Amino acid sequence: MSGTPIQQTKTPLLPVWVAVLGFSFIFTAFAKPYVPWAFKFPRAWQWLLKDDISRFMDWLVDEASFGVFTFTEFTRGIAWVVNLPYEVTRSLLSTGLLQGQGSDAIQLLPPISWIAIIAIIMALGAYARDWKLAVLAGACFIYLSVFGQWQSAMITLSSIVIAVPFGVGGGLMLGLFGYRWRWFEKIITPVLDLMQSVPIFAYLVPILFLFGFGPVSAIIATIIYAMPPMVRITFLALRSLPSDVIDLGNMIGCTRRQMTWKVLIPSAMPSLMVGVNQVIMLSLNMVIIASMIGAGGLGFDVLSSLRRLDIGAGIESGFAIVVLAIALDRLSQAFAKKSPATHEDEQSSLLKRYPYSITSLTLVIVTGLLGLVWGAFQIYPESWTLTTGSFWKETVTYININYYDQLEGVKTFLLLQVLIPFKRALLSLPWPVVIAILGLAGWSLGGKKLAALCIILSGFIVLVGLWEKAMITVYLCGISVIIASLIGMPIGIMAAERPKLWPFVQAVIDTLQTLPSFVYLMPVVMLFRVGDFAAMIAVVAYAIAPAIRYTAHGIRQVNPDLVEAGIVSGCTKGQVLRKIKLKLAAPEIFLGLNQTIMLALSMLVITALVGTRDLGQEVYIALAKADTGRGIVAGLSVAFIAIIADRLITAGVKRSKARLGLT
Amino acid sequence: MSELPAKLVCKSLWKIFGTGAETFLNTPPSPDENALRSAGLIGAVRDINLSVHDGEIFVIMGLSGSGKSTLVRCMSRLIEPTAGQILFDGHDLLSADTRTMVDIRRHKMGMVFQHFALLPHMTVLGNVAFPLEVQGMERGAREVRAREVIELVGLEGREDYYPRELSGGQQQRVGIARSLAVEPELWFLDEPFSALDPLIRREMQDEFLRIQSVLRKTIVFITHDFDEAIRLADRVAIMKDGIIDQIGTPEQLVMQPATDYVAEFTRDVSRAKVLSAGVIMTPISDDTSQHDFAGKVSAATKIIDIAEALKDAAKPFAVIDENNRKIGVLSREDVFDVLVKS
Repeated sequence: MSGTPIQQTKTPLLPVWVAVLGFSFIFTAFAKPYVPWAFKFPRAWQWLLKDDISRFMDWLVDEASFGVFTFTEFTRGIAWVVNLPYEVTRSLLSTGLLQGQGSDAIQLLPPISWIAIIAIIMALGAYARDWKLAVLAGACFIYLSVFGQWQSAMITLSSIVIAVPFGVGGGLMLGLFGYRWRWFEKIITPVLDLMQSVPIFAYLVPILFLFGFGPVSAIIATIIYAMPPMVRITFLALRSLPSDVIDLGNMIGCTRRQMTWKVLIPSAMPSLMVGVNQVIMLSLNMVIIASMIGAGGLGFDVLSSLRRLDIGAGIESGFAIVVLAIALDRLSQAFAKKSPATHEDEQSSLLKRYPYSITSLTLVIVTGLLGLVWGAFQIYPESWTLTTGSFWKETVTYININYYDQLEGVKTFLLLQVLIPFKRALLSLPWPVVIAILGLAGWSLGGKKLAALCIILSGFIVLVGLWEKAMITVYLCGISVIIASLIGMPIGIMAAERPKLWPFVQAVIDTLQTLPSFVYLMPVVMLFRVGDFAAMIAVVAYAIAPAIRYTAHGIRQVNPDLVEAGIVSGCTKGQVLRKIKLKLAAPEIFLGLNQTIMLALSMLVITALVGTRDLGQEVYIALAKADTGRGIVAGLSVAFIAIIADRLITAGVKRSKARLGLT
Repeated sequence: MSELPAKLVCKSLWKIFGTGAETFLNTPPSPDENALRSAGLIGAVRDINLSVHDGEIFVIMGLSGSGKSTLVRCMSRLIEPTAGQILFDGHDLLSADTRTMVDIRRHKMGMVFQHFALLPHMTVLGNVAFPLEVQGMERGAREVRAREVIELVGLEGREDYYPRELSGGQQQRVGIARSLAVEPELWFLDEPFSALDPLIRREMQDEFLRIQSVLRKTIVFITHDFDEAIRLADRVAIMKDGIIDQIGTPEQLVMQPATDYVAEFTRDVSRAKVLSAGVIMTPISDDTSQHDFAGKVSAATKIIDIAEALKDAAKPFAVIDENNRKIGVLSREDVFDVLVKS
């Protein structure tokens, strides 16, 4: 029935590779005068997909109808559902309960006092883990008030407070559907793949078109962006439950609903909380980007100071986002790792059982009342705030005055010797050659299906006329990934070899990954201004963490027996590393490379803000013009590059793992 | 021996994993292992016929991959069998609809799991009361019942603890209590003590026998440990590669192993612990009391328990049945022969 699949893969690949590469070389060097279309895809052949999409979107908004209600009414309904809780939260945290519009508004009820909010955050920390976490979280929020970021931070916080439950709830539902019906999982998995590889900017365009400019659009974009990992984690958490637990549910005669809500979800709770943490972090990552379509708060502050090139203000607001991110990350991680309650010896008083809730509630009321009498209890007085803006400005000025030549030297050298030649080489490749090589790579790593996927996806990019921009993206991404790997992998090896170093390195990369991608842009722009080089530095900084993490993890997880076997056979330390550890860690290191590429691609689109000419710029232009079709097509192209890279590497890793007998 | 009424009967039960298993089973009706393998199918349970009697401990023993877990899951229909019949109290279990099945599981079956399967977010009391909660019993009533079974397994005082605060043995006591909370008629135990360390395992086996002496449930007990099987079982089924090699009392397995595979297991068994006086005695047809006996032993006494007395006695023992009639003679030579012969 199934035949003998082993023999099919034994096609002699080496001669094919030699032939294709040789032909490609000759073709690239000599064919230009004869087949110009292979070097520059003729405009007349282009598939005008973007116009079709734009027409479709127009039709959706103007004419589409579900019978009872129109599509526009549908989107307004969604907007209403999101807006209502957002208004409430924002009133509580930031503006107070208002009556009336604009500057005529009268404040009926003041927002919750800053003191009470800090107390609540600290109580959460103490409840989730211990007083140390409480102090950390409290310090983060005190920072926000002392440095005058409170108002903006609370607006940001209220949009996150709304986006997270929607993201978690929606993700959980989709995950449950996928768990129950295999066909649903089969449909949703590629959609999730696509959602996670399409650059965030590309989401914004259709959302802007459908929901207009404002905080609601921003929250909807955040939800869509933050949901996919929750769906995946739900699948995974439920699938990896021990079968005993499911048998138990059946054996005691659970109905389907009882099974889901009383057995499956509570048992999977620790893993699900990891998903919640992911949703929170992704929502924070979205803060600045979402401000492009109308989210106010810290993101807006960063974006506008970046546009004004106001270094100090930008760094302060950016740092406020980081601080908020750290506080929320640590809190949610503590909740994820929180061990279940222990037994209580006897029934105790209400205050003893709910100490945190009662203290917090009391503080909200007391500070609220005191705030009526003395304003400082209500809102942190402006005269008490500090600013570091001028300090940052002066630092950057100092560096630029005193080290200008050095920085410029490095920049010019790398640009002239590495970046530009690499870019030229890539751009000179005829597209049929690249597609052929990709197809062959797919075939040798994963077989016919993968080859077809590579050819179709890269063919799409050619057809829609974005080949040149795509190659610039590949060039920037490629060079950044190479540099990130050259720096990251040795650090990973060192960290794995020296156990004392590891906690330090881990803390650094954890923090790096907590930072929203935008934050990386600021210092880079300050020091290197705009252009490919600045973009590359930002991408390297953002994408280096997985290169370090996976390398270290791969080496640390090598079976200690094998290492001992090496030592007993008389290997030197270097031989153990080269001949045993690195060989066995190779699949894991390649997975790290894969992650680095994915992060680099997502960062690249953001660096369009500092003046690259790649697909990111295309998306950014589409956003500025609210041109849905253009944005989606460019976004899909970026996603397809990511998918090709991901599938090729994953297939390669799978093969080498199978060869090493690690499964 | 008079047959007790059968509680659970399996008739030519099959479970085959793989695509097209049903159609494959129709032609030919009883494929052997090679036929299955060449079709890319896995015969986890093949043509099983057995009946579990009311009130007995029926142990299914097999090594990993022998299909014992699949078989017990077929019996409770956690896994849908490919073919065959299962009669529970004479009713065909496989033709029961979902609603009936839920009902049967809620009220007539209980199951204990190898890795306990306790819900981490509930206390001991909550876990034990959980099957009753699922049935919709109100809180007061179910907690009263839960406290009863918690006391039965010796965990009183730990009602408000969470599973992770308990040792492995205690956790499995919770699992046992939970499975008993609904007062099941048929009690499945799937390797309940395999995850425990040897000393605790022994203690739990004694505890299990104690509980069974009080409750007299009909039990299907799965294990991979042959010593555990002969220690606990009224009857044992030895399973290998999806089929049952032999069903019998521990003594029958030791004295007349049906296959080499069964003999392999019984060879290293301490015979003195398994065999009873009634099995190895020299039977006497009538009560001719010419013999001079050192004493009397009951036919059910294990050899190990009379070894000491036999060693010192010059004369043989009389073996008596439950009506105090002499039915045989047990001499030192008889015992010696059996223990040394292998």
